[in-house]
Amino acid sequence: MNIWLVILIAGLVTFATRLSFILLLDRIQVPDWFRRSLRFVPVAVLSAIIVPGLASPNGSLFLSWRNPQLLAGAVAILVAWRTKNVVLTIIAGLVALLIFQVLLGLVLL
Amino acid sequence: MLTMTRKQEFWSGVRDEAPILLGVVPFGLLFGALAISVHLSSLTAQAMSSIIFAGSSQFIAAQLVGSGTSGLVILMVVFVVNLRHALYSASVAPHLKGLSTGWKVLLSYLLTDEAYAVTIMHYNKEGDSETRHWYFLGAGLTLWSAWQVSTALGIFIGAQIPSNWSLSFVLPLTFIAVVVPALKDRAAVAAALVAGVVGLLALGFPYKTGLLLAALIGILIGLLIEGKPK
Repeated sequence: MNIWLVILIAGLVTFATRLSFILLLDRIQVPDWFRRSLRFVPVAVLSAIIVPGLASPNGSLFLSWRNPQLLAGAVAILVAWRTKNVVLTIIAGLVALLIFQVLLGLVLL
Repeated sequence: MLTMTRKQEFWSGVRDEAPILLGVVPFGLLFGALAISVHLSSLTAQAMSSIIFAGSSQFIAAQLVGSGTSGLVILMVVFVVNLRHALYSASVAPHLKGLSTGWKVLLSYLLTDEAYAVTIMHYNKEGDSETRHWYFLGAGLTLWSAWQVSTALGIFIGAQIPSNWSLSFVLPLTFIAVVVPALKDRAAVAAALVAGVVGLLALGFPYKTGLLLAALIGILIGLLIEGKPK
């Protein structure tokens, strides 16, 4: 699919989602389970992207203490949990990645 | 309460949105730089910010485009990630009743996480004035402008950064920074853990369909653990 077509449809779909209830209020009734499930959507989708991404940095599975992305990701999760700060989490994760890459480089020499 | 004029409402929205930009501008910069690092063109990156106009889904779409994911899967992921906007839509809808379709369309386009947060807090606190939609417009346009400008700056900066930098690692880091603070109860933690593990097990599935399967199972587990609200 052409990238421009993807962007255009993605924009329309996002816009339609935002317009949905503003336009249709009182005309439809949403089931309760659907309303409650919305809160889990970002958490589940992003976790399903994060975990496999960290565990397979180059496309194939690399579940090992020698995987610097996995270790740096764990550091970032810890920092995000303690600080709830986006910028700190990103900086800590990048610094951790650098350190682990250097350390593992030394160990594996 | 004194009746506010349209102009006063508008600028009141702009003022309340302004502090939020501190968190938004770095994201816009990052998005622009990352889009370039996964080899999107400047024009494509800017178009994503103005046409899709939804931060986290743009990050994910850029990453998926960079890794050669099929268009259909990207669209499904964008839809799923932006599904929370339906909740915002339902929540502001009572305050926008009676407005013309034109206003509803315009304000829906501007209904981002940050504009929603500021506007709904204002409506809940101040009640519904005659000119309340101007407040929403002020907050929404402020955020929109900041997002467009910071994306453009990020694209410019990204073009100067050597391509061998591990900038793409910033993507999972931003997701971690968004997800971890949202894990406030057992149900959310379970949804995240299950989605992560299933995503790992389904890594070999074609066109990243494992991602959708993992997310669906995670959401289901979250719902089951939460149980019926008392």
